[in-house]
Amino acid sequence: MSLHAATAAEIGRGLATRQYSSVEVTRHFLERIERANPALNAFVTVTAERALADARRADVRIARGEGGPLTGVPLAHKDIFCTSGILTSCGSRMLANFVAPYDATVVERLDAAGMVLLGKTNMDEFAMGSSNETSFYGPVKNPWDTTRVPGGSSGGSAAAVAARIAPVATGTDTGGSIRQPGALTGLTGFKPTYGRVSRYGMIAFASSLDQAGVLAQSAEDAALVLGAMAGHDARDSTSVDAPVPDYAAGLDRPVKGLRIGIIREFFGEGLEAATGTAVRAAIDAFRKEGATVEELSLPNLPLSVPTYYVVAPAECSSNLSRFDGVRFGHRCKDPKDLMDLYRRSRGEGFGAEVKRRIMTGTYVLSAGYYDAYYLKAQKVRSLINQDFRRAFEKVDVLMGPTAPTPAFGIGAKTDDPILMYLNDIYTIGANLAGLPAVSVPCGLVGNLPVGLQVIGPHFSEQRLLAVAHAWQRATDWHRRIPPGFA
Amino acid sequence: MSAVANDWETVIGLEVHAQLATRSKIFSGSATAYGAPPNAQANLVDLGYPGTLPVLNREAVRMAVKFGLAIGAAVARRSVFARKNYFYPDLPKGYQISQYELPVVARGTVEILLEDGTRKAIGVTRAHLEEDAGKSLHEGLGRASGIDLNRAGTPLLEIVSEPDLRSAREAVAYMKKIHTLVRYLEICDGNMQEGSFRCDANVSVRRRGESAFGTRCEIKNLNSFRYVERAINHEVERQVELIEGGGKVVQETRLYDPDRNETRPMRSKEEANDYRYFPDPDLLPLVIDEALVEEVRAGLPELPDAKAARFAREHGLSDYDAGVLTASREMASYYEAVAEGAGEPKLAANWVMGDLSGFLNRDGLEIGDSPVGAAALAGMLKRIVDGTISGKLAKDVFEAMWSERKEADAVIESKGLKQITDTGAIEQAIAAVMAANPGQLADYRAGKDKLFGFFVGQVMKATAGKANPAQLNQLLKRMLAGP
Repeated sequence: MSLHAATAAEIGRGLATRQYSSVEVTRHFLERIERANPALNAFVTVTAERALADARRADVRIARGEGGPLTGVPLAHKDIFCTSGILTSCGSRMLANFVAPYDATVVERLDAAGMVLLGKTNMDEFAMGSSNETSFYGPVKNPWDTTRVPGGSSGGSAAAVAARIAPVATGTDTGGSIRQPGALTGLTGFKPTYGRVSRYGMIAFASSLDQAGVLAQSAEDAALVLGAMAGHDARDSTSVDAPVPDYAAGLDRPVKGLRIGIIREFFGEGLEAATGTAVRAAIDAFRKEGATVEELSLPNLPLSVPTYYVVAPAECSSNLSRFDGVRFGHRCKDPKDLMDLYRRSRGEGFGAEVKRRIMTGTYVLSAGYYDAYYLKAQKVRSLINQDFRRAFEKVDVLMGPTAPTPAFGIGAKTDDPILMYLNDIYTIGANLAGLPAVSVPCGLVGNLPVGLQVIGPHFSEQRLLAVAHAWQRATDWHRRIPPGFA
Repeated sequence: MSAVANDWETVIGLEVHAQLATRSKIFSGSATAYGAPPNAQANLVDLGYPGTLPVLNREAVRMAVKFGLAIGAAVARRSVFARKNYFYPDLPKGYQISQYELPVVARGTVEILLEDGTRKAIGVTRAHLEEDAGKSLHEGLGRASGIDLNRAGTPLLEIVSEPDLRSAREAVAYMKKIHTLVRYLEICDGNMQEGSFRCDANVSVRRRGESAFGTRCEIKNLNSFRYVERAINHEVERQVELIEGGGKVVQETRLYDPDRNETRPMRSKEEANDYRYFPDPDLLPLVIDEALVEEVRAGLPELPDAKAARFAREHGLSDYDAGVLTASREMASYYEAVAEGAGEPKLAANWVMGDLSGFLNRDGLEIGDSPVGAAALAGMLKRIVDGTISGKLAKDVFEAMWSERKEADAVIESKGLKQITDTGAIEQAIAAVMAANPGQLADYRAGKDKLFGFFVGQVMKATAGKANPAQLNQLLKRMLAGP
């Protein structure tokens, strides 16, 4: 088996048993990036020198017997995580000159685990998008079909791992931005419980929804990386102070007796037939393995999209106010006064989708509209939360499709934001309720991957990973590599 | 002004901003000390860097609870931080973290003493925690403006009163009371020059007897008691003149210019910001449990009202004197130490409010820096009480103690100021004066009683003022009357 076809866990084991060095592994991936990235546009920045320095340090650590399962394993960070001394663009012209002066907690922790930083991946601008077409750095191509999108907003991370030019990558998920690209590129996309991973150093889109996670080849990889990045952080007041279980050690729990709920609302109009068939077949396979399956209704869940498109823009309109051309980021040339500085710096620095959301958010928070939009959305949000709570009184996990269709063509939905927003119809609920959820590949439609979404109660990461792992022991969808990248 | 006094009623509400005396900022670990070079005390959180997050300073919360308990207010078990959104270069995040719908403190009362000696309760609507903004610097930078973010993120307690104040003087009395209180509680240094304690005044007028409020104007950033009084008086005059001239008051924010003694519009309602308040998703609701409240309550010092009442009751002081002596915690403890040391509370009160305060004022000193400490002053008062020195000589002794930093006994000793109480010595001095002034003596004995004062003066002169006045009177009367 060639190196790049190996999972992060397998590379880690190979390093520990000295089959190869981290420097060799790193060189291999850097070469692959050099060859494949021009066509994919997955990376905004490749940190070759830093990667080799990291790798040399990791090799020393391994030689001393001080390495862990991820020491020396390369990874890529979504360009939303601040990395000290490295461009952190957030996919925006606004931050195209922003070299972060500090490391995000996620970066710091994976660095401490000995992982090797290959570079920073492309993304929808400020994580606002479902196709990676809103990036200032241009669209990312789906390795399964380069005329199609990889999903978004963590599209660069998804494309990089799917094309095996990075063994694993971080992502962030505000409305599906890990799971949807995971589904569209055949990966395991894991979004943890809100508060499980620190948001410190992760550039905020919608603070009450944003959560860092992993785009990986397998549940095992997701378990290892999540375990290394999760945990309480005093610098993030919303991070939860609860012990982090050894996720990798709990992977082998059997699915027999697992109570699965099928979300009725996820199988209605809008779901592409072949995708539905693949997802139903996967759930059926769990039943055959001894799980019980029951169909449940979450009546408020169809309100997820409109609710999300009030809450998320409201928060983003405030979060993005700091980009004013005064202290960092893009500043217009020769401003004639303060208002001109604000107007032109922001007007030039932000792209159309970001502006659309800032305007929407400003509107829903305005005097006279707050109650009708923001407050109402918060009420619906708690109803959706309640729907999930009731469901989890009956079942252990909920299952359904991750996205309504496989990857769509580049440019196919860019003219119709509503159509684009509907791509996240199945993923947004978990964000509004703060729940952990994972997308695992469960088939191919034509030559395009389809994802099965599994949602669990708060802090049920271990259960979700075990379910995903059981599925991956029984199937090989997750080992399929896009033709041309094998 | 007479028209104002007769036909118009003034309605004032104050928003006092007290900078909390925490070592670090309310949402970051930066220091809050005043006077550092620009931006030396601004870290990435204060600069609003992408990805940074606020973490609440627990000490600021304790201070807010302290204040709430001190004014008998409700301390919210759950309160919420909200974002107040607006763009300004000294506001790094583009929003200020404040509290909006659910403040930490609500519904308290502060009592003020009016000039006629009556007391008035002023309602405190709410007090909430928030972060301060930075400062824009416009001088000495040519066409550019500078921004100093040292102050950005400094914790503030904004204390909002009900519109219960009816004159500029009441407003000042209220502000002084809050000033006293926050310093007693040691939650604010009260330094108005450095901006640690300032207020905005909401002012409106209405014809006497009307129940509806008039349209109000808000005067921003008043940082001295004198400015508060002047700015309000000016604003009241302006509004009355405007209405009487057939005009209407426009709701707006105004700035007070102390050099011209006038207020000027800052921005009108039409341009007013819509702050788009909403709960800050980066901070969890602030939960204050019973244990914290009780812990803070147990640590509260004796508050100024209670202390003043005790001084009045136990020391026999007037309400006014008790109020003056409790205006600051330092003053009160100084006075109390003097009163105890000397055993004469009223004498102590007179000296602390009189000579001591006069000297402090003259030299621009705080009571904590007084060259004459409480024990030293008490020592001198004892010498008055035991007759060693007269009350008149005591003033000289005090002056010497102040300038030479000596104890009373040392001054009395070195200057020989000890009172002469030896009857023989006084008689000798009287005899000498009588012998030297035979004419006046004859006149006195012929019935010119007024000359008694002349003889007192002469003997005092001869004894350098040291003769015991009571003894002198008695002996002089007897000897002048003749053998």
